[in-house]
Amino acid sequence: MSSTWAEQVWAVLKKDVLLEARSRVSLNATLFFAAIVLLTFSFALGPDRRQLASAASGLLWLAFIFSGLLAFGRIYQLEMENSAFEGLLLLARNRSAIYMGKVLGAMAVMLAIEAVVLPMTAVLYTLDVAANLPLLILSLFLGTTGFAAIGALYGALTASLRSREVLLPLLLLPVTAPVILAAVKATSLALTGGSADVARWVELLLVFDVVFVTAGLLTFEYAPGE
Amino acid sequence: MQWIQRRGYVLGTSGLGLLLVGGYLGLVWSPPDASEHDLVRIMYVHVPVAWTMYLAFFLVMVGSAMYLWKRDLKWDRLAGSAAEIGLLLTALTLVAGSIWARPTWGVWWTWDPRLTTTAILFVIYAGYLMLRTLQTNPLARARQAAVVGIIGFLDIPVIQLSVEWWRSLHQGPTFTALNDPTIDDRMEVTLFVNLAAVTLLFLFLLGRRLRLASMEQERDELLWREAQRV
Repeated sequence: MSSTWAEQVWAVLKKDVLLEARSRVSLNATLFFAAIVLLTFSFALGPDRRQLASAASGLLWLAFIFSGLLAFGRIYQLEMENSAFEGLLLLARNRSAIYMGKVLGAMAVMLAIEAVVLPMTAVLYTLDVAANLPLLILSLFLGTTGFAAIGALYGALTASLRSREVLLPLLLLPVTAPVILAAVKATSLALTGGSADVARWVELLLVFDVVFVTAGLLTFEYAPGE
Repeated sequence: MQWIQRRGYVLGTSGLGLLLVGGYLGLVWSPPDASEHDLVRIMYVHVPVAWTMYLAFFLVMVGSAMYLWKRDLKWDRLAGSAAEIGLLLTALTLVAGSIWARPTWGVWWTWDPRLTTTAILFVIYAGYLMLRTLQTNPLARARQAAVVGIIGFLDIPVIQLSVEWWRSLHQGPTFTALNDPTIDDRMEVTLFVNLAAVTLLFLFLLGRRLRLASMEQERDELLWREAQRV
């Protein structure tokens, strides 16, 4: 019985999620990491409430970015440790399906972290989360997708290299600069209830997501080191 | 590519010659700008170098895509060589931009859209070269570098758009001399001469680097064969 592309994606995603759910190491660790990042930034910027509130969107995304970097490394760690990259092919013949499964898995981790860190930050910095909640959720979702699209690709690329921890951020961050700019801007507008050029930033995120998920689907088969 | 490698001396000498002419035109013959006065002369360095930088990165993408298609390592050599020279050109673009920024705005750096985009490009291609250095398996290196080369180039228009929007909302100053449609004839000539000069020099350097890359590959193959015999 041959499986459809969607079934293959689901197979990859389910495997990763199940393993995570049973061990829960990665999610816990990454969650605490995001919290520590946020606290450290607060110490670095000082206790001035207004300064923190105006920088809140940027700080949030910095925390998400750092957590994401951890996640993109981890989603391939199992495969690397057990030389299991070929095993993935048993689950999903289409490498593009493997890619999609990994993207969704990375997104699941990042979104779970965002769901916890956002309320926490809202309390710490007295943010008005309800000012434009739909836009807030949209920005978080689209921004996370953009990151995960490149992260899942470059994560596979750097997984087999010893210098992975340095190379992954070095490759990922400049390429995702548009996502960072747009997501921070859109999130900031959502938190302050502003509406200036909202459509523009959301459009930019959408374009980035579409272009780079497509690029990932097409080039993933060339990415892994083995 | 063979074409470029074989005509090295022609490209090099003509490029150098044109550069000297262009230098004279730029520094002496062309008039100062109405608003920027002599500062505009930086444009004769900045624009040609920036254009050649984009040409280099375009070649990186071509080499990357062709390698994934044909699996002939000569395309990988093109991508790697073009990226090295491209990175140098990016650094020169940034330096020229900084030198222009200092007297214009009083600071060495400003988040001008073009400067910011160029800085991001610098890091993207530095990362590309780092990957090439750190991946020791030559076939994996060619394949993986090709992915990064293609993604990086695809991102260039997206980065430019996003940075421009990011800056325009803050009404930042931009490199206005380039947007002037009523550019003086003498400035146009100077610009094109320098453009031709830098492009020729780039092709010359590319040819030398390609030769070097070929020789490196031959050496590696020889070493590998020796290792097999022992």
